[in-house]
Amino acid sequence: MLVFLIKRLTNAAAVMFAVAFLAFMIFRFVGDPVELMLNEQASQAQRDELRERLGLNGGFLVQFATFVANAMRGDFGISYRNQQEVFTLIVERFPATFELVIVATFLSLAIGIPLGVYAAIRRDSFGAHLLQFVSVLGVSLPSFALGILFILIFSVTLQWLPAFGRGEVVQLGWWSTGFLTPSGRKALILPGITLSLFQITLVMRLVRAEMMETMRTDFIRFARARGLLDRSIHFRHALRNCLMPVITVTGLQIGNLIAFALVTETVFQWPGMGLLFVQAVTFVDIPVMAAYLMVVSFIFVAINTVVDLTYALVDPRLRQDAIAGGSGGR
Amino acid sequence: MSSTAPVLSIRDLLITFTGRHGALTAIDGVSFDIAPGEILGVVGESGAGKSLTGTAVIGLLDPPGRIAGGTILLDGERIDTLSQAEMRKIRGRKIGAIFQDPLTSLHPLLTIGDQIIETIRTHLPLDHAQARARAIALLQDVGIPAAETRIDHHPHQFSGGMRQRVVIALALAAEPRLIIADEPTTALDVSIQAQITTLLKRLCREHGTAIMLVTHDMGVIAETADRVAVMYAGRIVEVGPVSQVTRQPRHPYTAGLMASIPGMKAREATLRQIDGAMPRLNAIPVGCAFNPRCERADACCRAEKPVLDKGRHVAACWHPLEANP
Repeated sequence: MLVFLIKRLTNAAAVMFAVAFLAFMIFRFVGDPVELMLNEQASQAQRDELRERLGLNGGFLVQFATFVANAMRGDFGISYRNQQEVFTLIVERFPATFELVIVATFLSLAIGIPLGVYAAIRRDSFGAHLLQFVSVLGVSLPSFALGILFILIFSVTLQWLPAFGRGEVVQLGWWSTGFLTPSGRKALILPGITLSLFQITLVMRLVRAEMMETMRTDFIRFARARGLLDRSIHFRHALRNCLMPVITVTGLQIGNLIAFALVTETVFQWPGMGLLFVQAVTFVDIPVMAAYLMVVSFIFVAINTVVDLTYALVDPRLRQDAIAGGSGGR
Repeated sequence: MSSTAPVLSIRDLLITFTGRHGALTAIDGVSFDIAPGEILGVVGESGAGKSLTGTAVIGLLDPPGRIAGGTILLDGERIDTLSQAEMRKIRGRKIGAIFQDPLTSLHPLLTIGDQIIETIRTHLPLDHAQARARAIALLQDVGIPAAETRIDHHPHQFSGGMRQRVVIALALAAEPRLIIADEPTTALDVSIQAQITTLLKRLCREHGTAIMLVTHDMGVIAETADRVAVMYAGRIVEVGPVSQVTRQPRHPYTAGLMASIPGMKAREATLRQIDGAMPRLNAIPVGCAFNPRCERADACCRAEKPVLDKGRHVAACWHPLEANP
């Protein structure tokens, strides 16, 4: 397990290093930061002074090393636009995005898995065909269109749910949560559903395909030949075998959700990282963009690593192989 | 054996597959009995319908295959007309099953204990501790050393032969009256095969379980079975006690099958074989299904289907080989 852990962590570090290089390249070479930060009338002395302060006179490698060292301390410089620490800005916005993604992930699993199982074991029923049809809609409808449609129906016409914002939030240390107030929870519903719709159909289709595959295996045939209850065969035996790919995809999709939350956040004016990034792009706020890239990549890599480690918990064969240093008996 | 009531009694079983081009007959009028504690070997080439017959008995035929005629009696009661829910209660409880590949028959993510205990508790009114004790006893019974600790291991921690023992323990979990063993030794090494057949024979004797042993390996049949039924193109062509069928086959197909087993003593230059191949389901010849490959075939064989008489050793053939005195 330890060897496995070290291997994964080394991989993760290598990927983060590559991303840091990319972020640095954007920071360094997309426009001249000095030109962007100072106004037209700045004197050459002011320019040189800023250039020196930003460390732009050092060699390429020195600058990159400084960037990485700063990034590791969470120092991504100062936003051009609001003259605030970039990292503070992102940390402030992170809880909003994260809570939205958690709600969307929860919805996609809680709704997608049962629907997938149903579609697989009653595959000739009317309901299963209807689900397949609706899921095509879910995959192909863009989320901003759905979001606007939801706002129109539930906020404007029915006036049940808020159209934008997070509602009231409660501050728990540096974390601001919307889960603890009624208006915060209400505000999560529409963006949560909008963000999760694609995921629900994805999980459903994945579970359905995996279930149908698993139901044909020998061990399911043998379980049926032993007269086990259908409920147990479907949920205990077959579904368990399908969970590996579901964990993988869900894990990887959390990264995607954080990235795609950008669209949903824009539609619902959700004060998360995605909205921050969209605003940063509009103002060519390079430090914010670079930091967003680093933070989102870090989340991606962290999730991937956790997913890999989770495999070992779900599949005893991997656990065994890891103990034997990857050469366990099959 | 004929004095006791049979555990399994199949009469005129007809299994068809309905496809785009009409129904194909896969099993055509198969009848046989298995007495308590008896091992009946069912032998034949691939596609002869051996496994299909076994699958029909446990009620797991997959559509479009279906039982189109005949009866299956278990302990004198019809089981071919039962609902899925009723049939589920019989599977595992009264009829156990052993499949060919022990490597894929067990759930890879559950411990063998989980799998045995679940099977026991599905069929018998035991609590978890009692079921676990029974599972350990079963594992000891099928010859798994250190069963108390092995019960918590996963399938991948067992060798192929050990896994097949676990599969047998699973089949025996609720003391069934009959076990359908579908090629139980085919996927195993020859040395392990002998251990498994010996185990099956011992369990059959000790528990009084009848076994329908489906295989294409005449050697396994000769080692294990009491009687043998030879299948060809969905029909039984010969049935009788193993020693008689192997030494004095009466159906030309059986004779060909026996002649094609490489012997240890007679070192022949070439292996003998039966010319031709078994017909496909959509091209089974009129009359005796074996007639195009048979040296003894005549007009009668090409016109009328031979029937299997009742008796200890009988063959469905118009011109059976004479029993040597």
